[in-house]
Amino acid sequence: MLKYTDEHEWLKLEGDVVTVGITEHASTMLGDLVFVELPEAGANLTKGDRAAVVESVKAASDVFAPLAGEVVEVNLAIAQDPSLVNSDPLGAGWFFKLKLADVKAMDGLLDETAYKALVG
Amino acid sequence: MTGQEFSKSHNLLQRTPLYGLHVERGARMVPFAGYEMPVSYPLGVLKEHLHTRAASGLFDISHMGQIGLWPKSGKVADAARALERLVPMDILGLEPGRQRYAYFTNESGGILDDLMVANLCDHLLLVVNAARKAADETHLLAHVADQCRVERLDRALLALQGPKSEAVLAHFAPDCSRMRFMDVRRTNIMGAECIVSRSGYTGEDGFEISVPSDMAREIAEAFLENRDVELIGLGARDSLRLEAGLCLYGSDVNETTTPVEAGLTWAIQQTRRQDGARAGGFPGAPIILQQLAKGAARRRVGLHPEGRAPIRNGTLLFAQHDAGEPAGSVTSGGFGPSIDAPIAMGYLPAELAAPQTTVFAEVRGKRLPVSVDQLPFIVPGYKRS
Repeated sequence: MLKYTDEHEWLKLEGDVVTVGITEHASTMLGDLVFVELPEAGANLTKGDRAAVVESVKAASDVFAPLAGEVVEVNLAIAQDPSLVNSDPLGAGWFFKLKLADVKAMDGLLDETAYKALVG
Repeated sequence: MTGQEFSKSHNLLQRTPLYGLHVERGARMVPFAGYEMPVSYPLGVLKEHLHTRAASGLFDISHMGQIGLWPKSGKVADAARALERLVPMDILGLEPGRQRYAYFTNESGGILDDLMVANLCDHLLLVVNAARKAADETHLLAHVADQCRVERLDRALLALQGPKSEAVLAHFAPDCSRMRFMDVRRTNIMGAECIVSRSGYTGEDGFEISVPSDMAREIAEAFLENRDVELIGLGARDSLRLEAGLCLYGSDVNETTTPVEAGLTWAIQQTRRQDGARAGGFPGAPIILQQLAKGAARRRVGLHPEGRAPIRNGTLLFAQHDAGEPAGSVTSGGFGPSIDAPIAMGYLPAELAAPQTTVFAEVRGKRLPVSVDQLPFIVPGYKRS
């Protein structure tokens, strides 16, 4: 199941763990990334917490925790090579995996149709 | 996600003659100094930056102010003497066909704007920052109007920057190939009367070209037919000038920073200094001349973060990892694509301003080690001979 937030993140649910990344629209808007800061594995995040930071040549932007949960894995590859987020935002450019506090909270997120309507 | 990228107001903004070209070429337009300007094109800031250093970048800088000072006496020396009331530069000694970096100072020794001054034989041409052009015009009218007619020119301004720019321009104006860094001349491009200077804001060889507004688009499109030329937005313009160690007015220099603090004393010629033929005589001269002799308490420095995290404008700098009070702050910061590392400029007390000194930048609650570095970060490609 793929869901989206209006903060331009995608979430893919497997069991009670979601993989989180940023959408192609977001990666295009940000431009070439030169730095990514990831959360610590084991961190407990509340929905809306700053989970990661992405920086382009020009500016820094925050990636927020889309839902509450525990960070169980982070993608160190994008910290090594931030351009992966631009070249493959929905695949190799994933950010972190979150063990959800409440799987039902996924229902409140946008589906693909709603997200596409949002970004036009 | 959040960030400035996603919320921009486009109301009440002016447009340059190249607005239509920018939109057609897919530019992302942002408000800048009252204009709707291209921050980047589909190539993206990173590749636009690298392209400029490798080939030739075309910039629309028509938002900048172009102001003519026409001497009422008909003698350009009278305009030069008048302008020297406002800047600590030797303008009288600026030869015809030459351009010089200058800044307007205030009574406390601060900088009201920085600018280029060109001697075009019968008048002086000033190129000033977009955000300051109205204030500069008022300032000039108040202080040099007895000697000069002050005329704001309604012309477009293009920049061709990068090592292949000479070849690009030579196709249209072969006479420009002979120019050296900071030469300026009138020339003809596609039938239009243009004023070309061999200068820029990227650290590269290149040209700034003042063109009639109604010819700007035609000339820009003709340049773009050369495959070595790409349109470059304000995003890459900023990272290029940061690598070149050049100040951004309003960030790195402003009315509270003196030329000595900002490390811009190279621009003050001997004749305006203590014991020079025309020493002083500009606003803030006592303070600036005293600082020239004794040094300033703080200095603008280059900063090189030891890690990969960029440090941005406003980031606080500390002398020690656990220091309580900040020692200074970052005034420009980001990522330098050509050196593939984060870089910044900022102000530090003189005792911390020596290269290789380690200070600490506070980024998202962490104190990150940063090395004081020499400016510029790149070797400039100016054509000096």
